[in-house]
Amino acid sequence: MPDPGNRRIRVEALARVEGEGAMHIEVRGGKVEEVRLEIYEPPRFFEAFLRGRAFGEAPDITARICGICPIAYQMSAVHAMEDALGVRVGGALRDLRRLLYCGEWIGSHVLHIYMLHAPDFLGYEDAIRMAKDFPGIVERGLMMKKLGNEIVTTIGGREIHPVNVKVGGFYRTPARSELRALAEKLKRGRDAAVETVRWVAGFEFPDFEPDYEFVSLRHPNEYPFNEGRIASSRGLDADVHDYRDHFVEEHVRHSNALHSVIRGRGAYFLGPQARYSLNFDRLPAIAREAAKNAGLGPVCRNPFRSIIVRSVEVLFAFDEAIRIIEGYEPPPAPAVEIVPRAGEGCAMTEAPRGSLYHRYRIDADGRILEASIIPPTSQNQKSVEADLRAFAGQSLHLDDEALTWKCEQAIRNYDPCISCATHFLKLTVHRE
Amino acid sequence: MTCRVLAIGVGNELRRDDGAGLETVRRLRGQAGLEVREVRGDLSVLAGEWERADRVFLVDAVRSGSAPGTLHRFDAGASPLPAVFARGSTHAIGIAGAVELARALGRLPAALVVFGIEGRDFGHGEGLTPEVERGVAAAVLRIAEETRGA
Repeated sequence: MPDPGNRRIRVEALARVEGEGAMHIEVRGGKVEEVRLEIYEPPRFFEAFLRGRAFGEAPDITARICGICPIAYQMSAVHAMEDALGVRVGGALRDLRRLLYCGEWIGSHVLHIYMLHAPDFLGYEDAIRMAKDFPGIVERGLMMKKLGNEIVTTIGGREIHPVNVKVGGFYRTPARSELRALAEKLKRGRDAAVETVRWVAGFEFPDFEPDYEFVSLRHPNEYPFNEGRIASSRGLDADVHDYRDHFVEEHVRHSNALHSVIRGRGAYFLGPQARYSLNFDRLPAIAREAAKNAGLGPVCRNPFRSIIVRSVEVLFAFDEAIRIIEGYEPPPAPAVEIVPRAGEGCAMTEAPRGSLYHRYRIDADGRILEASIIPPTSQNQKSVEADLRAFAGQSLHLDDEALTWKCEQAIRNYDPCISCATHFLKLTVHRE
Repeated sequence: MTCRVLAIGVGNELRRDDGAGLETVRRLRGQAGLEVREVRGDLSVLAGEWERADRVFLVDAVRSGSAPGTLHRFDAGASPLPAVFARGSTHAIGIAGAVELARALGRLPAALVVFGIEGRDFGHGEGLTPEVERGVAAAVLRIAEETRGA
């Protein structure tokens, strides 16, 4: 019989997450002594090979960082470049960007809710086994995901790594008729999203409510996608330009992704729960109502309930997409004209997994001199590890198999995108 | 009523031989009685792709230890795909997962044949290795033949 007070819980390759990572928990003398989320997927050096490229290439190059959330990379890239170039994009072009983001949130969130996270709650190893017992539910998820893909294809030109986004706007904007056809289908998607919130609200959730510092964008009157100030549940209210005054990245030995902390405080939490808890009052009535019926208050601290919050955001995204399409008038030109100039700019937008920060410095010809990209999963690593430490600590009565399952689930609560997260410190060689 | 036949190529042409499935269906474009599709990335959409097809050929690169360029053929309607198709995908669902998901949902087409072309080089870059070029040529011939026989 193994000693329950001294045990090692280790998963070499986490399942149902995007990318490659491991989990390591050491229990000694009945206490959790060590916790590591090990990101061993190799770093990808995007920031280095952006240097020397033209400013207009940033959205397409950075989109390649992720096959699940390429829009997030495109949006943070175009906004940061427009900031550097002194350009503002408004009106219908701004609306189309929000619409495109709705498509990505739907696709990414529905994939996580139905394929990656729900099997945890229903006791299945994966969605395929779950589909045998719940075919109608899985079909509903696939239908919603397909609608998310259709939005991205209609606005972005294709569903993965879209090709239609550019600094200043788009290469081509859709006719009203193209969007109208989509709106009817999206109404069915919105109904399915209401059903989804109801479905996941019926799952069982462990009692676990850490005192996170939530961080997300906050906009004066919108649920945030592309714009806003950086807000936190402990009173931070900062301009995105001052990001580096408040947040700092640090290297830890066991991860190929830099960790992030809020200066002077430590770990913070990004993603749907942070957005929701900081922006509940910005959700449309239909989403607030569904949240209320699902038993959520205006703040949700239990990370296992993130599946409900994600479902509420899917409902918001369908509703917002329909609203944008109904009011859509094609813009006079598909993009604002850009004249290159030297400058520095930054932006933060809300990727499905949380705030994604980009900063660029460009020269007078518009060549990129410096790029910095800070993805949400790398910023969440410290909170993931804090959750594992606290959650494993209160779950030590479970046998190894059950504890491992629950701890993996605690990681999946974040919908981590490990491939995105692997950005690494600058390598410097000192020679004597 | 005519029988609808579809060939779907899966893979990533930026990882050398992983583009074998896509290249196969590109060469089959224009073949009488056959529609072709290319699918990259998220394979949970596969069942939607073959929604109205009666007979489907699915083509991907595989790494099973056979000689590069070897053409494997599986009748996926009869039994689950072998482990070589379940190899690690950076996305949530790979080809075996997508086929099994469709099976669980009762959405397999009347006939589903999966061709695996044994790859050699899955590194960064475009272009197939010569052995895999020959594997692609063999797959094209075989699918054209089976389409005519359908």
